[in-house]
Amino acid sequence: MKESDPILEVENLSASTDNLPILKGVSLTVYPGEIHAIMGRNGCGKSTLSKIIAGHPSYNITNGYIKFLGENINSLEPEERSQSGIFLGFQYPIEIPGVSNLEFLRVSTNARRKFLNKEELDTFDFEELVKEKLEIVKMDHAFLSRSVNQGFSGGEKKRNEILQMALLEPKIAILDETDSGLDIDALRIVASGIKKISNAQTGIILITHYQRLLDEIKPNYVHVMSDGQIIKTGESDLALELEEKGYEWTDNFIKET
Amino acid sequence: MVNENLVKDVVKEPYKYGFVTDIETEKIEKGLNEDIIKLISQKKEEPKFLLDFRLKAFKKWQKMKEPDWAALGYKKIDYQDIIYYSAPKQKEKLSSLDEVDPKLLETFDKLGIPLTEQKKLTNVAVDAVFDSVSIATTFREELAEHGVIFCSISEAVKNHADLIEKYLGTVVPTSDNYFAALNSAVFSDGSFVYIPKGVTCPMDLSSYFRINSGDSGQFERTLIIAEESSSVSYLEGCTAPMFDTNTLHAAVVELIALDDASIKYSTVQNWYAGDEEGIGGIFNFVTKRGKCLGKRSKISWSQVETGSAITWKYPSCLLLGEESVGEFYSVALTNNLQQADTGTKMIHIGPKTKSTIVSKGISAGNSKNSYRGLVKMGTKATGSRNYSQCDSMLIGDQASANTFPYIKSQQPNSEIEHEASTCRISEDQLFYLQSRGIEFEEAVSMMVSGFCRDVFNQLPMEFAAEADKLLALKLEGSVG
Repeated sequence: MKESDPILEVENLSASTDNLPILKGVSLTVYPGEIHAIMGRNGCGKSTLSKIIAGHPSYNITNGYIKFLGENINSLEPEERSQSGIFLGFQYPIEIPGVSNLEFLRVSTNARRKFLNKEELDTFDFEELVKEKLEIVKMDHAFLSRSVNQGFSGGEKKRNEILQMALLEPKIAILDETDSGLDIDALRIVASGIKKISNAQTGIILITHYQRLLDEIKPNYVHVMSDGQIIKTGESDLALELEEKGYEWTDNFIKET
Repeated sequence: MVNENLVKDVVKEPYKYGFVTDIETEKIEKGLNEDIIKLISQKKEEPKFLLDFRLKAFKKWQKMKEPDWAALGYKKIDYQDIIYYSAPKQKEKLSSLDEVDPKLLETFDKLGIPLTEQKKLTNVAVDAVFDSVSIATTFREELAEHGVIFCSISEAVKNHADLIEKYLGTVVPTSDNYFAALNSAVFSDGSFVYIPKGVTCPMDLSSYFRINSGDSGQFERTLIIAEESSSVSYLEGCTAPMFDTNTLHAAVVELIALDDASIKYSTVQNWYAGDEEGIGGIFNFVTKRGKCLGKRSKISWSQVETGSAITWKYPSCLLLGEESVGEFYSVALTNNLQQADTGTKMIHIGPKTKSTIVSKGISAGNSKNSYRGLVKMGTKATGSRNYSQCDSMLIGDQASANTFPYIKSQQPNSEIEHEASTCRISEDQLFYLQSRGIEFEEAVSMMVSGFCRDVFNQLPMEFAAEADKLLALKLEGSVG
């Protein structure tokens, strides 16, 4: 028995886009302080699962539910989910020309603060806050005056995602291949950033292909997804085994089930 | 797509300035002929040269054909079914603002342009035009101390006839085009600005045009003269009530900049655009042109066009003076069944002249938004340069955007650069902003103002804020 209530409960979730089933009965429960890793081949439904939890409008939930802090959030808008503490770190952060990164971060942070009944920050106060958070991801102040993600390198985009996570202080963060496209130094910075932001009250889901991120952030559980289902769950050594044997090894599990 | 519909809902917006002021007006009978023109001229107690100017223009107009080359479709205008002079009834000569009908003051109050001494805007002098006449001009004495003349054009005709006779029609000749000829024949009022040599105008000057009558056209005329080494920033705002008929607005604006003078002319146009089915709205056929006569003179147009059922407008620069500079910064937003055909002409005549064009078109609903521009390098324009950038943003899948850039160069030793792009607000961008807690409406409006940033940066500060708000308002609505 766990002592506290779960942050996230995904129960028998099935979902489709354009009538094409993508998720076929996924169940996953995350408790405070836990780190879960989800691995699996490209196209197995990992990213879709993360987008559906964040409320992407292109997917329809056909069965099952998502509960966040005990509430069913199936019908909540993406912004409501974010405000209440769900964070999705994008695999490919989107460029938004003309919108200043600083203003974007401020509006976003204030939306979350408003939900938490905290005072909204004006430009000056926000500058102070963001300066502190920039340290966590070792980003230069100059990034703030540029358009959101525009002209950022792959690594800079990912660090900008972690900066957003640091500002929003989510209850749960789902990080979709945050490690891909990062060199070793950037990976360390991002990983240590994630560790600094998370605590005993937060949950983290890492979607990844690589052991190297899991070397930095040790997961409590590793789930292997295939064809829209979680086919195996284990502890952190499962990832090592997977790294060694490849996804072909997991094909056997499908046959077993 | 779910979001496609949401975007459509968001771009619906109620028009805030659609009220009619209930005021007794003096109108002349409908129709247009020589007698009507004589009557207008007589009502305004004009000198003979001006009546001759009008009659000459009318003769030319009668021989001209309404242009049909623009990418616009509308029902033929019946020029005999329009009232060419309409003025609120008030005392003949007003000695102070206290004598202005309170209803008129109240109207401008409601539009956010308070005129009374206690409430007037502190940093901007305002000329308020209601239908065919100018109601009041603020800060006149203060401006006069600097030698700046800012008054209605009717007053200028009386008090500064020499300047009017010298400059009127020198930038936009009476026969320039169909609508300019019509305006020259029947123009009623508008603003006049004269900045003397060496003077930097101590505050922004502003005209606010209000159409109130449904059946009368508005034909204002603006003339701005900047003498050597002077500079001025001029702002123009427009609104009109909601009628289910179309109202014709055909204005002419002439700017003249002498050696080292600079004129910055900014417009926020928010005429009534018609309803969702395209019923009603202003037909806006405007000729705006600036003449950089002097060396190193500069004329800069910035415009935010959000209203009107039809917009036909090409603020242009004639670059005569050596090293003179022309600029055009434009945001045109169309929604529902609005149509806009707008752009600029940069005519490089003198050597080492420079022009910049930045145009941002946003089309939503079933609207049609075209950029049409001409860049011409004359034979003597050696060493001249132009840079044009035309970007279109589409919202939804029913709107259309066109770009018609015309380039004519007779001078091999000149440079012309043109860049164009078209984009759509993508579902991924919206989702990204939403997944960061930003409401759908705000996400759309953030992206739209981001798209317009280059132009908004050119607007005077108060105007930039207003323009941003106006676009947000136009994009506001109930989210699904």
